Amino acid sequence: MTEATKESTALTRKDFQTDQEVRWCPGCGDYTILASVQNFLVEAGAQPEKTVFISGIGCSSRFPYYMNTYGMHGIHGRAPAIATGLAAARPDLDVWVITGDGDALSIGGNHFIHALRRNVDLKILLFNNQIYGLTKGQYSPTSEEGKVTKSTPFGSIDHPFNPISLALGAEATFVARTLDSDRPHTAEVLRAAHAHRGAAFVEIWQNCNVFNDKAFELVTGKATRDQNQIRLRPGEPLRFGPENEKGIVFTSHGRAEIVVVAEVGQDAIAVHDAHRDDPSLAFSLSRLSSGPYGPTPIGIFRQVERPTYDEQMAQQLAAAQERGGPGDLAALYRTGGTWTVEA
Amino acid sequence: MANDTTAVDERPPGRPVRRLENVVVRFAGDSGDGMQLTGDRFTLASAVFGNDLVTFPNFPAEIRAPAGTLAGVSSFQVHFSDYDIHTPGDAPNVLVAMNPAALRANIDDLAPGSTVIVNSDAFEERNLHKAGYETNPLEDGSLEAYQVYPVPMTSLTVEVAKDVGAKPREAERSKNFFALGLVSWMYSRPIEPTVAWNEEKFGKNRTVAESNLAALKAGWNFGETAEVFAARFEVEPAHLAAGEYRSINGNTATAYGIITAGQLAGIPVFLASYPITPASDILHELARHKNFGVRTMQAEDEIAAAGAALGAAFGGHLAVTTTSGPGLDLKSETLGLAVQLEMPLLVVDVQRGGPSTGLPTKTEQADLLAAMFGRHGESPIPVVAARTPGDCFSAVIEAARIAVEHMTPVIFLTDGYLANGSEPWMIPDPEEFEPFPVSFATEPNGPDGSFLPYLRDDRLVRPWGLPGTAGLEHRIGGLEHEDVTGNVSYVPENHDYMIRIRAAKIERIADDIPLVEVEGDPDADILVVGWGSTYGAIKAGLTQAREEGVQSAQVHLRHLNPFPSNLAEVLERYEVVLVPEMNTGQLASLLRSRFLVDARTLSKMQGVPFTAGEIASEVEKLAKERP
Repeated sequence: MTEATKESTALTRKDFQTDQEVRWCPGCGDYTILASVQNFLVEAGAQPEKTVFISGIGCSSRFPYYMNTYGMHGIHGRAPAIATGLAAARPDLDVWVITGDGDALSIGGNHFIHALRRNVDLKILLFNNQIYGLTKGQYSPTSEEGKVTKSTPFGSIDHPFNPISLALGAEATFVARTLDSDRPHTAEVLRAAHAHRGAAFVEIWQNCNVFNDKAFELVTGKATRDQNQIRLRPGEPLRFGPENEKGIVFTSHGRAEIVVVAEVGQDAIAVHDAHRDDPSLAFSLSRLSSGPYGPTPIGIFRQVERPTYDEQMAQQLAAAQERGGPGDLAALYRTGGTWTVEA
Repeated sequence: MANDTTAVDERPPGRPVRRLENVVVRFAGDSGDGMQLTGDRFTLASAVFGNDLVTFPNFPAEIRAPAGTLAGVSSFQVHFSDYDIHTPGDAPNVLVAMNPAALRANIDDLAPGSTVIVNSDAFEERNLHKAGYETNPLEDGSLEAYQVYPVPMTSLTVEVAKDVGAKPREAERSKNFFALGLVSWMYSRPIEPTVAWNEEKFGKNRTVAESNLAALKAGWNFGETAEVFAARFEVEPAHLAAGEYRSINGNTATAYGIITAGQLAGIPVFLASYPITPASDILHELARHKNFGVRTMQAEDEIAAAGAALGAAFGGHLAVTTTSGPGLDLKSETLGLAVQLEMPLLVVDVQRGGPSTGLPTKTEQADLLAAMFGRHGESPIPVVAARTPGDCFSAVIEAARIAVEHMTPVIFLTDGYLANGSEPWMIPDPEEFEPFPVSFATEPNGPDGSFLPYLRDDRLVRPWGLPGTAGLEHRIGGLEHEDVTGNVSYVPENHDYMIRIRAAKIERIADDIPLVEVEGDPDADILVVGWGSTYGAIKAGLTQAREEGVQSAQVHLRHLNPFPSNLAEVLERYEVVLVPEMNTGQLASLLRSRFLVDARTLSKMQGVPFTAGEIASEVEKLAKERP
């Protein structure tokens, strides 16, 4: 395995682009996310040869074909499993998973929660557009109840997942939400996710302008976003609103509630702390909204340290070699007793 | 008694000793009675003594089925001899039955005149009722055809264990050691290895260790002194090839083979598996050997196990996932991706009775067609199968070699019988293995300094370029792609071309595998073709048929896809082709469709291997049918 010797600081966004035509629908939020990720990798000084994008199936999962890094377009829902093997085998790599709401939360739900619980050193970017795009518009596990689609002509009767709550429930060590259209915020979240050792989960609200256009409008649109975006800023009081007039308090039961600051006083407003080891308050914050239907926290919910799966696997190997020396096949074959047949 | 070759040989001061060529002993009891342990210890003592041996553990899927019932009977059969043997024996010469259910479940397998040793303490009303006996078979004359020895094993064990301070309920658990001691005396087996093992295993729990030891000795002494048994027996050491041996089962041999394959390939092993009977022991064994650089991962499911292994393969590891039938179903999607990517991935399928959950602890060979064809689309995969427990070692190395040298997933088939059965294994010299070092791509191979992931060599094999290598950045995926560049392509002709080239690559592996060898009579008209664990039964069956004057030849396939290149020519030489399989005729159907040969099927799907006698009588029948 060749060690990289190239000076990576000289790279530009072009160095992370491939010669393949990008084939998302015109106006798809995926274009913006692709640009954000490519720009971020330039800024982070990432080495293309050390960077791997693994995806599942769906619109978002075409992403690796457009990244001039190593990449694998896998199978539906299995990207976290494939990436877990790669990251555990090769802790020297920067492994990213690109997935969608159907891919990660429906067919791949099991792999998703287990990758998070193991804390494998992966960066999971979930493009949530609340719809199945590639199969042309069925409801997804994040679609709202009552959603009318081709497969639910009378409205969906499925209760949706809240991806942030799910990730926190799986005890993910890094959990964040950002928006496709907000490139500076996306960059900020990617920066923190990339710096995190362990599984980092980033939900990116992504507009599907063909099958679910403006699904996030209430939270992202100019007219309403100030009322509906609760920006999570470390060490700062949880305040939002056009005049910063609203805030979040935690009740004695630990439930997050929206209050008017003037009514409760600035001191009552909770200060955001993503580094708190206990995930309960982060979970409460995630429950403030079940989707883009009102005031919704955007930013990093949780960012804590825990030993990573790949690190511990490597440590066990090193410890075994220290204890038993390098493997000796001749000795291995003789474990458990032998006998000799004379000539 | 089987094959009693010599007259009585009076040796003071003990009982007369008869020499036998071979003996089959079956220990049977409740699944909690420690029959597997008893069989294992008896096997090891026989191995150390120098006999050739083959074992057949047979146990229920339930960890503790209701005590005393037929469903809960667990047995361990060991066949030991003074010559080279290939099967665990068709019928036991001796049955040790620890309770009525064990007697009832096994007695029909014994020939008249065989020896039955029963724990008479267990033959009380409740146990008799649970086993479905209306009267006590020890008293009602129903066992008249056998030599029955009722021995109150439980009470004798409790009596001696009392002296070392064991309470009766604890002491009872050592009764399997009593049985072991008694049978060890009968067959002049050394007990020293068991004494040492007991001390090592239970040494920390003095009462248990001492109860076991006391019971073992009491069993031996009971044989020696109780004047119940007319004679004891000896089976001389076998004339095995000179060398150092150990006893090995198929799962251990598979695990050792995987470790060795990693060393021969010069790349680290990455095993991702999900627990499943009867394959889990391979995961357990590999998890212990991290000092060989073996990474093991217990995945969240079978799919993740295959996926994680595939990810590790992308990272340049010898990627392995182990499973059994139901898991193979779940891995099929990942196998398809590995075909499309052309990525080495070794899948070990320890076959068990199916379909669905089927018979988890019983053996079968019914996954062959699933291994061949069990994926959507045209997705050819090499298939390799082991023939004996010890052969799992070299066969899995061969499977791994094909995977990394030909950039392809490979399915390696063993089965429950190979996995848990054991035989003496001559310890190989690692220096004598042929290494197959992997050479990863290090330089761009394209005209403009690019890396072309699907630029093939003369064997049609693509380069393996690893993440971390500067200048080789590339994307691979499950979508159809162009040859050479790997760029996604939906061009109709391209898809047709890619299907053919992937298939041709697998076909060309035939140039890289040994020809089949024919064993048996050179002039025979009957050829018996087998694969997998039927090897021993076929070999022994044909030997039996030969003794009846029927000539036959044997071909046993290690490579099931592609077939060895001389197979067609070999099949043509025989008038009759018989394929015994523990399925309804899966290999036979492959041979028929591939070679237009009138292959006949001998099927058995009973969760237990063929006996040599079943093979022999079929071959004899075919010989009689011929004009």
